[in-house]
This record gives sequence, C-alpha cells and structure tokens, in this order.
Amino acid sequence: MNLLGLTFAVAVAIGLLSAVAATVVPAPSRSAAAGAGTALTGSLAVVAGVLAASGQSVSLALPAVLPLSGVSFTLDRLGGVFVAVTGGVAVAAGIYGISYARRGLDSRAVQAALPVFVTAMLLVPAAASVGTFLLCWELMALASLLLVLAEHRRRPEVASAGRWYAVMTHLGLVTVLIGLLIATAHASDDTFAALRAAHLPPATAGTVFVLTFVGFSSKAGILPLHAWLPRAHPEAPSHVSALMSAAMVNLGIYGIVRVGFDLLGGGPRWWWLLVLALGAASAVYGILQAAMGTDLKRLLGYSTTENMGLVLLGVGAAGLFTSAGRRDLAGLALAAALLHVVGHAAFKTLLFLAAGSVLHATGTRDLDQLGGLRGRMPATTALFGWGALAASALPPGTAFVSEWLLLQALIHGLPASGAATAIAMPPAVAAVALTAGLAVATFVKAFGVGFLARPRSDAAENAHESPPGMLAGIGLAGLASAVLAVMPGVVLPGLGRTAAVVTGSADPLAADAVTVRLAGITGALSPLLLTLALLLGVIVTVGGLRVVAARRARREARLWDCGAGPMSSRMEYTATSFAEPLQRVFDNVVQPETDVDVTHHQESDYLVQAVAYRRRVPDRIERRLYAPVLAAVTQWGQAARRLATGSVHRYLGYGFYAVCGLLLLLAVTR
Amino acid sequence: MSAVGIVGGIVQPIVVLGGSPLLVGVMRQIRARLEGRAGAGILQPWRDLRKLLRKEPITPRGTSEVFRVAPLVLVATTLVVAVVTPFLTTSSALGPVADLFAVVALLALGTVALALAGLDTGTAFGGMGSSREMTIIALVEPTLLVAIFALSVRVGSTNLASIITSTVDDPARVISPVSLLAAVALVVVIVAETGRLPVDNPSTHLELTMVHEAMILEYAGPDLALVELASAMRLSVFLGLLANLFLPWGIATSAAPLAIGVGLLAWIVKVTLLGSLLAAGEVFLAKLRLFRVPELLAGSFLLALLAVAASFFLA
Repeated sequence: MNLLGLTFAVAVAIGLLSAVAATVVPAPSRSAAAGAGTALTGSLAVVAGVLAASGQSVSLALPAVLPLSGVSFTLDRLGGVFVAVTGGVAVAAGIYGISYARRGLDSRAVQAALPVFVTAMLLVPAAASVGTFLLCWELMALASLLLVLAEHRRRPEVASAGRWYAVMTHLGLVTVLIGLLIATAHASDDTFAALRAAHLPPATAGTVFVLTFVGFSSKAGILPLHAWLPRAHPEAPSHVSALMSAAMVNLGIYGIVRVGFDLLGGGPRWWWLLVLALGAASAVYGILQAAMGTDLKRLLGYSTTENMGLVLLGVGAAGLFTSAGRRDLAGLALAAALLHVVGHAAFKTLLFLAAGSVLHATGTRDLDQLGGLRGRMPATTALFGWGALAASALPPGTAFVSEWLLLQALIHGLPASGAATAIAMPPAVAAVALTAGLAVATFVKAFGVGFLARPRSDAAENAHESPPGMLAGIGLAGLASAVLAVMPGVVLPGLGRTAAVVTGSADPLAADAVTVRLAGITGALSPLLLTLALLLGVIVTVGGLRVVAARRARREARLWDCGAGPMSSRMEYTATSFAEPLQRVFDNVVQPETDVDVTHHQESDYLVQAVAYRRRVPDRIERRLYAPVLAAVTQWGQAARRLATGSVHRYLGYGFYAVCGLLLLLAVTR
Repeated sequence: MSAVGIVGGIVQPIVVLGGSPLLVGVMRQIRARLEGRAGAGILQPWRDLRKLLRKEPITPRGTSEVFRVAPLVLVATTLVVAVVTPFLTTSSALGPVADLFAVVALLALGTVALALAGLDTGTAFGGMGSSREMTIIALVEPTLLVAIFALSVRVGSTNLASIITSTVDDPARVISPVSLLAAVALVVVIVAETGRLPVDNPSTHLELTMVHEAMILEYAGPDLALVELASAMRLSVFLGLLANLFLPWGIATSAAPLAIGVGLLAWIVKVTLLGSLLAAGEVFLAKLRLFRVPELLAGSFLLALLAVAASFFLA
C-alpha cells in the first residue's frame, strides 16, 4: 500500500473513530471530538485527494466483508478531485462546528453522524464496485438525513424538509440502483472494471445512462428534481448545510461523469444534449429563484442549483465535443466544470458558514429583517462580502475564472463541429451570461441588504460577532477561495490532466502561477495580473486624489432626508423591494403571488382599518410538477381507506377472493 | 508585451483621464446648441471637477467603508480597462488581461461597487437606484456576452487585440451581417450601461426617472468628483471599444512615432464623433419608462443571438 492508500485509510479510520468518540465522551466535549475528528479526516483527505489527482492510484478489495460481492475501492484521478474537495470542505466545517454546535446540537446521534457523513462522502468517489458504491451512497444519504433533522425539536419546518429530502434522495437511490443493476446484468461481475469491459448495446446503455442521470441529478439539485434542496439546506445546521451544498451535491456530478464517461465510455450526442439542456435550465432557474428570495440560506441553496447547473453545462459540453470528435475541447470543458466544482465548494462553504454566523448572532435568516451587520459583525461581513464577490463571477472572484474557461470552450466549439453543436452553443452561452448577470444582482442584494445600511429589526440591532472558532472556519474557506481566485494555477494543471484522462484528450491547458493558457486554441487569462492591476489602479487613484484634492479633514454629515426629519430603517430598501423590478421583468416566468387584505371599519365600508400586503414567489416547477403528483397520491390513499374499514370479515373476504382468482387464473393459463 | 503595447498602456489611461470630461463637455455643448441654448462650454465638466476637488470630503452618518471605497474601485476598474484595451495600438500592454470577458466583467465590477454604496447609505433613493441599476445590468450582461461571442467566433479568440487585428487585416468583415447585428446590439447595451437616454437621463434629478443619479445622491466633494470622472471615463472607454471593434482604421500597428500619432488622432476623432452622434440622438429621444427598458434590452439580445446565428451560417 503506497502513501496515498495509507493517508486515505488513516483519514477514513479517524473519521469512524471520531464518530465512536462522539458517542462515548460526555456532552461538553462531544462537539469538540466530532469537529476535530472531522477536520482531521478532512485534512488527510485533502492530501490523499491531491496525491490521487496528481496520478497515484490505490486499489483495495475486501471480498470477505460482504457476502456475494465483497467491497472494493479504487482511488483514481477523477475520484481524487472529489475526495480533495470534500476533505477541504470538511476541514472548514469541522473547525466551525466545534463552536457552532454548542447550542442544542450536541446530542449523541447528531455529533456522531457528522464524521460518518464526511467519511461516507470520501468513500463514494473511491468505491470501485456497484455494491460498494450503493452502500456508501446510502450511508451518505442516511447520515445527512440525520443531520438535516438535527433541529427538529425546535422548528416544525425541519420535519417537512426532512421528509422531502428522505423521499427524494431514496427515489434517486432507486433509479441509480436500477440503472447500475441493468448495466451489471451485461457484465461479468459488479466491479467497475468489469462494467468498463462490457460493451453494452446502445439502447441498454442509453437506459442505464438516463436512469443513473435521474438519480445523480436529483442529488446534485438539478431541475426538475431540485425541490428538496432549497428545503433541506436552510433547515440543516449551517456547517451541515455547507457540507451538503459544497461537497455532497458534487457527488451527483461525480456520478454522472463516472457513469457517462468512464463506465459507459462516452455516448451518443443526445445524452449530452440532455445534460447540457438541463444544466442550462437549472442554472437560469436556480439563480432566478435566488434573485427573488429573501431567506438567506434558501437563496444560497438555490444558488447551489445554479452552480451545479453551470457545472453540468460544462459536463454536457464535454460529452458533446467527445461525441463530435473534438477531444481537445472536451478536455477544456470538463476542466472548466471541475474547476467550477472546486471553486463552488470553496465559496459556498464560505457563504453558508457566514450565513450560519449571522443566524447564530441574530436568530433570523430573513434578509428583510437584517441589515447593519457591518458595524456589529465586521469579520463576518467582510468574509461574506468576499464570498458574494466570488459567487457573482466578477474579477477577482473565484467563479470568474471557471466561467471564463467554460465560455472559452463553448466559443471554440461553435465553428468546430456539426449543426447540433452549433445550435446548442449559442443558447448555452446565453444561459451562462444570463446566469452571470442575475448572480450579480442576487449577491448585491444578499450583501447590500443583509449587511450594509441600518438594522431593520431588534435582532439585527443586537447582533454580536461570532466566537473565534467559527470565524476560523469561515476564514479558512475565505482563504481557499482567495487562492483559487487569484492563482488558479495551483489546482488547474491537476484538474486539466484529470479532465484529459477522463475524456481521452491531450492536456487542455497550461497554467502557471501567473497565467492560464489554453492549449491548441488561443486564449489566455491572468487573474493574478488582473488583481494586481486593480490594486495598482486603486493606489494610483488614492495617490492622485492626495495630490490634486484639497487636504481637508473628513467631516460627518446628516444623510439627506428631504427635510423631513431623521430617516428610520422602515424607509430603507428591503430585499423584497430590491428584487421587485427584476421580479416584474420576469413576471411570466416566476409568476409571483400577491395578496392584498383590506380590513374595513365595522361602521362603514369606505373607511379602511388596515391593509396587509403579502408577496410570495413560489417555486413554479414545484407547483406544476410535484403538487399534482402529491395530490394524486393523497387521493389514492383516500380511496384505499374505503377498502380498509377495519372489519376482519372484509379482510378474510379479500384473501378468499384473491386465492380464488389466482386459482382461476392458473387453471385458465395452464 | 511589446513596445507598442507599452506605449499604448501609458498613453491611453492619460488620454482617457484627461479627455473624458472634455468628451462629456462636447456632448453637452452639442445638446445645448441643438436645443437652442448657448451651453456652458466644453471645459465646464473640468471646472466642475476642480470645484468639487477643492471641497472638504464628507461622510454621511451611518455609512461604512463600502461607501468610501466605491468611487476608488469605480475609477480603478475603468483605469485598468483603459490601460489594457487596445485603443491606440493593436497590441495591449497586458495581453492576458485584455480579454473581452475580463474587460466587461471589470466594468461590471465598478457598477456593483457603486450599487453597494447606494445600498449602504440606507436611504430610499440609494436603494432604489441600486435596485434599478442591478436590474438593468442583469439584463445587459447576456446581450453583451452574446454579442462578444458573435465577434469572437470568427476570430477564434476573445482577446481584444486578436479581434481588432483580424478586423484590420480583413476590413471586409466590418460590413458582414455578423458585425452589423452585433454592432446594433452593442450600441443599445452601451447606451444602457453608461446611463444615457433613453434608458437613463444623466441630467435629471427627478425621483421617478433617475437610476445612476439616485445611487450617488449622498456623494459630495472629492468623492463625487471621482464618481463623475469615472462615469465620464466609462463613457469614453465604452465608445472607444465600440469604435475599435467595428471601425479599427487608423489604429497604430507599430511603435513608430508617426503611427502612434495617427493612432491617437484616429482614436480621438472616432470617439468624439460617436459621442457627438449619441448627443445629437439624445435630443430627439425621451426617457423610456423603467419597465419598458427590458423590452429594449430583449430586442438587443435577440439581435446578438441573430449575430451568432449569422456567424455560424456565414462561416
């Protein structure tokens, strides 16, 4: 067993040990044990993941552990990328969790579930047989479900969110299970190596791909199976939200890439057109819902749908280019997708942990109730601001580099290959562009309304900065996204080679510390130079101002209040009012519901006592797609109640007629 | 990084910095004359800036660092764009930054800084301006990127220097449908981005109509001077971009003093001409209602998509 295997094994062992420790040690140090164990597991996993992504690999087969097939693990380049990302998120979330979990979250089950969840997420990309994969996948789902339900005693919404999550994640598991079983039926055994060797007939391969794609996309929060995501992520404790939103959803992408490219060896064009289209739709729809939202964590949840949509867009483009024979572009598109996975993990961890810090300080997630946190929580504000910049694809932010790479792949794809590609690329670029524009508006709203200006409620007024342990976790995530934003050359060569191996191309790009250059096609970007130029620009401006402006002391003055006396926080723009113009522009898409209640005086209908105005932007896909299904299930249940009246005679009758019917059927058919 | 690029990188920001207020002066003068007024002269913007710079800096109570840093970011982003974009010469001082996406994103960053400053004041006006500005930018961005996409496809690169060089080498491209459609789309977008009529009226302080002015209502003294200077610079940068993407003639291809001189002259003439056209056009326009603006932008988005389609079918 090489260094990689050793590190990975130790990481998994520490994860499981800290789960045991969390159940054994007394309550006061329980969160410390679980958090420190998680962080340690995460840091070892980062090392293991980086080693794997740079070319080492390790295999381990334990045939005696499970009957029939045993378990087997192989950590290769592709798996290594996801192990490293999960590990990175786990470090920040673990450190943060030590201080965050003190209040009411330190029950045995919850604290033990945290390291188990992280360990399961590390094992999923390492699994090398169908049985092992499904086992780890289910362990991950169950551990995360337990964590989502952590606060169910305090808030009733948690139960409903947990129900949605449990049902959807298991429906996803069922489709993945069926898909992989169909594939296994055509192979000699259930290891991934055997699946690779078995060349499935096209129709079967298509069925397998669609079934697994449905399951994996539901885990990644892709349209239309995203409904659990904006429910479960806000209700989970914040470090768990970060783990789910920055690490777990990635594994859905991992599954699609693993099955589509690796196990089924690419595929026809329609697979990837489907992936591309759903990715583009998710990106636009997710960010549109986020732009309308006022719940901070729900907004971040929808932004995850958006970012996973962008990643899937890259994956779909990579598949499309592979099927068109442009492997160089395929490598580039997949490298962009992987970079976006890494960058998204960094800034989404940062944003969710910072949102958790706000929740911790104010007890509310409603942007309309927040504001003015800058003076009270300066560190959290600065970190959230950095995260918002990273998420809105503006330089020098993290998402900017990956979206630039993605657009480069799409642009060069247009003249290269076939009519289908040429028709698919412009809408894809338009979707990326619309997403970028709306993301800017969304995060300006989240940061500007939530953190700047004056507090809009007592809770925000009395906010206090979070303890250093939490800030350390957030700061770590902030540092990671800063490094990724300014020097993507640190991770890009590894990701590029991984993408090259997966798509069977040459290295798609060359990145050093300063400049990212595309190989084979023209294109270069230097985030470092850009950042330095911006800094220099600011310095020159400040210097110039010093020289030419009169040197007089800065004076404080009243805000201009139209001469109507001091302004109150009621006059400020809220998140709802900020999003109103956008909501009006996209009226036909989001279909908001407005509700105006006018209460009249009893004496006369002409005198108004109170007017209440409510506006909600419901998830339209949810209403159209899920509500009818749920209603049908309810009706079916109601109908079934008539059959089960509780009378034993009736049940005996059912049994009698069923047996008779069966005998008749056998008599007729034989 | 070549000698000619470095010359451009030094001369361009100086010209943009010094010339932009003059461009605004020229545009105001043209409008004044066409409307039958005498006008204040083309030096008036510079006189205003000088006056503002001499005043004491004022911080409205309750605002944070965001409010004070925003004008600096706004100027800095525009300066960087002025350095890297090939206005004067076909090569850029910082090649790896002179990417069309990077330039567009940098200019958007400036807008975002100002919008955050507007929200930071906590006044209803500031919030209103930011909200409207963000709505517009969210709709402008797709058009801008798709139009860029159309221009980049035939060159195979999004690097500004490559796009401009290829047009200089093959002038017939300018009258291709791709260029024309993309040009119209970009004109609409630039009008929206720089806050000109019919999207926003730069000379109004009427609550119902203003966008840009609402965000900067609390600025005074040197801060206001920076914001005003930056918006003038953004205008000339956008017009310069438009001029060189579609009419790159006269641009210097070598570092010879004559070529640089011709390049400088051509650049100034083109930008002044475009600015004058814009100002003359504004005389005949009324401001659109805010909720009619998306229709205009959707139209330009359609043109940009058509440009992409044309670039494929005519390739």
